Amino acid sequence: MIAFRPSVEAMIPALRRYARALTRDADIADDLVQDTLVRALRSERLFHGGDIRSWLYTILTNLNRNRRRSLARRPTISQFNEDDEAGANGTEAEGRDIERALVGLVEEQRSALLLVMLEGLTYREVAEIQGVPIGTVMSRLARARSHIKSSLDGEKVMLRRVK
Amino acid sequence: MTEPNMPVTEDELHALVDNELPADRRAAVENWIETHPEDAARVAAWRTIGDSLHARYDAVADEAIPPSLELDRLASRPRSWMIGVAAAVLLAFAAGGAIGWLAHDASAAAVATAADPVTSMREEALAAHRLYIGEVRHPIEVRAEENHLLPWLSRRIGMTLRAPDLTKFDLKLLGGRLLPCVDGPAALLMYENEKGERVTLYATQLKAPRTSFRYQEADKFGAIFWVADNYGWVVSGPAGDKPRLKGIAMAAIEQGERR
Repeated sequence: MIAFRPSVEAMIPALRRYARALTRDADIADDLVQDTLVRALRSERLFHGGDIRSWLYTILTNLNRNRRRSLARRPTISQFNEDDEAGANGTEAEGRDIERALVGLVEEQRSALLLVMLEGLTYREVAEIQGVPIGTVMSRLARARSHIKSSLDGEKVMLRRVK
Repeated sequence: MTEPNMPVTEDELHALVDNELPADRRAAVENWIETHPEDAARVAAWRTIGDSLHARYDAVADEAIPPSLELDRLASRPRSWMIGVAAAVLLAFAAGGAIGWLAHDASAAAVATAADPVTSMREEALAAHRLYIGEVRHPIEVRAEENHLLPWLSRRIGMTLRAPDLTKFDLKLLGGRLLPCVDGPAALLMYENEKGERVTLYATQLKAPRTSFRYQEADKFGAIFWVADNYGWVVSGPAGDKPRLKGIAMAAIEQGERR
């Protein structure tokens, strides 16, 4: 029987990473993780084995979806200030590119992409976390990759023009 | 033996990147991209996405865990969690990033209204309702037939709890359980009708001023809630039937007052 608290504690760094990529804001991300941990601790008695990793990712993903539902009441057009780009070194600019590309994704596509590529979960695990068939996970992933590829290709074109 | 030239599907290209290909297909797919440069370029581009994600975000997983996320602290002091969250929400509000998040919406969890005990209680009650009504074998901990149900819950929440008779609403008491809440434990009583639809009554100590009946819907659920004499109450049930929930709430109050 796995030790519950140490298992949860061991997941905190990964949850923080996933939350940061999902929300792009360090404070909101850590609040999501905090909310996830509190709920996990409260549900310790209800957890009868199974995969703690998937369970925690599920809680966090659902909490973020709830959070975004309130945001969805108003049109969310994220506008990145073009001035920030001036003088950015290579890695910073690349980091911003991928971050900006993530913004353009629909929530489910973003979380599918991050869970598979950043967190290294299997298609089956992500299907359980998102509560959909594996085929749906794969199509979300495909669309996410397609959008991001276009977005990153577009960035490269822009940089070329600036020069 | 797999045909090396069998057409490779789009799904398989993705699966190659994610190590999700069955062993017998992997060689075929790798062969395919060697002879199909456009597909090879897409696979490479997708791999680059992974590299970019790791380059940008792996550092977060290497950071020291902030004090706000220490488990011992979170387990023992739920209140300080809410204060920390309120501060963070204000920070996000000031940055203009999360204004919508502060809008009243029960489905956005207790975070958005962390400083308000009544809302926290309502959301705890709704979370408990949502969680336990779905249980087939263990919806309640102590059954209605057991004599110690009400004395036990009453002792724990610090007031004489009466389970109202809701037969005129076609509801039968199943039993109850004890739960943690903001200012102390909470009692949850669960009722059920013949169709298996469930309603819960939630009662807990609450340091908050008296309120009249308030109603809130979240997802498929509705809740009538109020505060009286430093106790908070929530009647939860299916959404879209406020009058019925209000009737149940009135019955709970009337029968509670009879001594």
